[in-house]
Amino acid sequence: MRWGVVTFPGSNDDAQTAFVLEGLLGEKVARLWHKDTTLGALDAVVLPGGFSYGDYLRCGAMARFSPIMSAVEGFAADGGLVIGVCNGFQILCEAGLLPGALVRNRDLRFLCQRTHVRVEDTDTAFTNRCRRGEVLDIPIKHGEGCYVADAATLDALETGRQIVLRYCDAEGRVTAGSNPNGSLGSIAGVRNARGNVFGMMPHPEYAAEWLVGGEDGRKIFLSMVASGGVSSDAVVSATRSKVVSGP
Amino acid sequence: MTAPQVTLATAHEHGLTTDEFAQIETILGRTPTFEELGVFSVMWSEHCSYKSSRVHLKTLPTTGPRVLQGPGENAGALDVGDGVAVVFKIESHNHPSFVEPFQGAATGVGGILRDIFTMGARPIANLNSLHFGRPEHARTPFLVRGVVAGIGHYGNCIGVPTVGGEVHFDPGYDHNILVNAFTLGVVASDRIFRAAADGPGNSVLYVGSKTGRDGIHGASLLASAEFDAESETKRPTVQVGDPFTEKLLLEACLELMSPAYSEHLVGIQDMGAAGLTSSSTEMASRSGTGIDLDLSRVPLRERVVTPYEMLLSESQERMLLVVHRGSEEIVQELFRKWDLDAEVIGTVTDSQRLRATFEGRLVVDIPIDPLTDGAPALNRPAAEAAEQETPRLVLADLPEPVDYGEALLQLLASPNLCSREWVYRQYDAYVGGGTIVRPGSDAAVVRLPGTEKAIAISVDSMARFCAIDPYVGMVSAVAESARNLAASGAEPIGVTNCLNFGNPEKPEVMWQFQQAVQGLHDACVAFGTPVVSGNVSFYNETEGSSIPPSPVIGMVGLLEDASQHVTQWFKGDGDAIVLLGRNHEELGGSEYVATAHHQVRGTLPWIDLDVERRLIDVLRAGAREGLLRSAHDVSAGGLAIALAECCITSESSARHGARIDLEDGLRPDALLFGESHGRAVVSARRRHLTRLRELADRAEVPIAVIGEVRGQRLEIGELVALGVDEMHTRWSEAFAGLLGEE
Repeated sequence: MRWGVVTFPGSNDDAQTAFVLEGLLGEKVARLWHKDTTLGALDAVVLPGGFSYGDYLRCGAMARFSPIMSAVEGFAADGGLVIGVCNGFQILCEAGLLPGALVRNRDLRFLCQRTHVRVEDTDTAFTNRCRRGEVLDIPIKHGEGCYVADAATLDALETGRQIVLRYCDAEGRVTAGSNPNGSLGSIAGVRNARGNVFGMMPHPEYAAEWLVGGEDGRKIFLSMVASGGVSSDAVVSATRSKVVSGP
Repeated sequence: MTAPQVTLATAHEHGLTTDEFAQIETILGRTPTFEELGVFSVMWSEHCSYKSSRVHLKTLPTTGPRVLQGPGENAGALDVGDGVAVVFKIESHNHPSFVEPFQGAATGVGGILRDIFTMGARPIANLNSLHFGRPEHARTPFLVRGVVAGIGHYGNCIGVPTVGGEVHFDPGYDHNILVNAFTLGVVASDRIFRAAADGPGNSVLYVGSKTGRDGIHGASLLASAEFDAESETKRPTVQVGDPFTEKLLLEACLELMSPAYSEHLVGIQDMGAAGLTSSSTEMASRSGTGIDLDLSRVPLRERVVTPYEMLLSESQERMLLVVHRGSEEIVQELFRKWDLDAEVIGTVTDSQRLRATFEGRLVVDIPIDPLTDGAPALNRPAAEAAEQETPRLVLADLPEPVDYGEALLQLLASPNLCSREWVYRQYDAYVGGGTIVRPGSDAAVVRLPGTEKAIAISVDSMARFCAIDPYVGMVSAVAESARNLAASGAEPIGVTNCLNFGNPEKPEVMWQFQQAVQGLHDACVAFGTPVVSGNVSFYNETEGSSIPPSPVIGMVGLLEDASQHVTQWFKGDGDAIVLLGRNHEELGGSEYVATAHHQVRGTLPWIDLDVERRLIDVLRAGAREGLLRSAHDVSAGGLAIALAECCITSESSARHGARIDLEDGLRPDALLFGESHGRAVVSARRRHLTRLRELADRAEVPIAVIGEVRGQRLEIGELVALGVDEMHTRWSEAFAGLLGEE
């Protein structure tokens, strides 16, 4: 599959994402510069983590105006797969490609730690290689990862099965104590209604090798590979028959 | 605008002595201009000239087969094979951090990062050593929060992982905290860049942030005089960090130093303390050339900045480059890609002088040598303080604890031994993808990109020991670092140091300094670890009261095979627990005596560097042969704390208990909490014990099976029986409690 990894000024996880995709998973990766205006022929785009424009303004608020974002928006409108991790998630929310917003963590401090997230839905282009209810061990590292949205949006996310990942404990229980940053509904990852744009705060690219951080994060990328980069409607029908759901 | 007239009084205001002012007039053959006075004052400051320390630092061992770059450059470099070198250094930012903890600590990180990527190395690990006053001191929580947030802010934003460090509390730092920042980077061993200004006619380029009036006399003067009640008013001299711009600068500089562009680059140096002045003079000094600067072309942040201010500004995130004549456009184009300023502000000459003009007027014309190599070097008088005699510790007068379990819990929750998770959770330890062992084990371990190898790093000081005896304390700190690395499976290969002391004009402080340098020398010779970089921080005093002597070292170790790294926590029930080394009845200077009996006294534990070296050999061989399931050095808090840490420090919830039986006939409190050197606790599968014993016997290291990993309790003979969860709770919740948080 052909992936594009965007580098904004201040992106920190772009190289690691490219390394995981290319070096560990054998995928084709094009590095995209924020001043680019076209993407080229791609199957999926990654907006990586970091501190675009220093996050001196609201996180992601500057990056969404980068020249490349018009191309990313067009790509998403055409059904292309887009994943935003951490700062990438924040940019997607700022760009309006995902609902909700990410605000400062509950205790107002940066948090770097291993976390567990529960896979709420496997009929997605981003989790089709997981079991439903599966607990993934993937680290977080962010100061502004508290997911918020108004009540109506949250309802719509629930009913539309757009909540893909929730923070949980090692046994998969979603509790107040397992929510590291105060996110509403313990939301760690959401997709858009169409199912081709996905944002998550935990970093799958830092859980892709046993030596450093484990391998649970690979499942996110491998799910995208399995979906072949085609838009979600096709993915859902293509994968539903294959995936055995339930732990 | 005319600059002020220079008189002896102006020179004194600049911190120069009457003698030094006379020297300046002799060197120039005239009275210096105001700008020249500024240049001399910063270049001859303690911070830039090392005038009190130079003669002593020269004695340190700095050579070895791996050394590619020793002291004298921005950082030291060691060859680690496979065509890869590691570049590392530790540096202080003490005074700025006390005045303004967030920005002071942040710019400390920014400064050390620039020292590393100036040499062409990509930074892959940050560590730090922090010393604060008593937790009960009114200002301590504010300082802790500010410093930790500042370090996190800079490191997280620029995308370099903070992978380890140390935090100490002691009343000796109530009025003068220590913030020492360490960075390690990697570079191809044949692509190390140096701060040279070769080739008269080549162009001098200014890149990075614009120059403002911040930080004038910041590092150079703030760090070269004692503190007093007015120090708070020096807050404007603390620089303000901009990690985003430094991220752009980092990427742009590394791109410039990549094979695609590097032919254009002659030399590069960051503008740190004393900014444009020190970077230009030091580059010219190394090459035996001169530099002409046109200050009118310096990119400015505000409309009115005087030439004096331009020369002395310590605005952050700036670099000085020397590029080949004709390459200017190409290099400027590259920096424009990263939205950074890049201006040609000068030319390399063969004049061996620093000359600066502003609007056509010559404002500085000084020979280079007296500013650098020829700067004053002092051999200040040194004498042991009369009252330095360490009060003896009489064990017989020391009551044993009534309840050893409770004594252990109290130690686990004490300020210097409790969990540092509150701190390191605020640091991104993952970014870059190379961190194998994150904070919380004996040493940090990071992968060397593109190889099978890994680097282990430990930053250590032994302030409590150094307060009693700076020589033994320094030797102990080096030994502790070496043990930490070996317990992680690594071979110690090199050292950087940050020597934090009081006012060098006081003979007793110079004595402490000389003792520590001697200790550093002796220990580094014994371990075969050259000192390749370092920093001295004097004048850590407030209103006449000095900090305890506080030398800090960063030691770097090599693992030929990253997968052979070892962590300190127990791994599985049934493993045998083995003590390497011998217990002695030594409680002097221990954390236990300080915590339970409120005394910092006694004879320090005996240290034998030969014993340490043999222990290290056993640990390394055990790791290499895959015999060690866990390994942890015994240090602060003694054997009982080491064992407790093996039980509770695992990052995952899979923690383990242990059943321990000790047979030594020592006083139980000395046995449990004494800090005798040369010891480590390891765990191994039973089938590997024979081989482990062979290794220990061959190295003549005492070895004893003292127990077994099992259950969820730590039981030590009849003395201690504690639940792992209870220990973990007390240990992990204590730090927030120190700061008055839940």
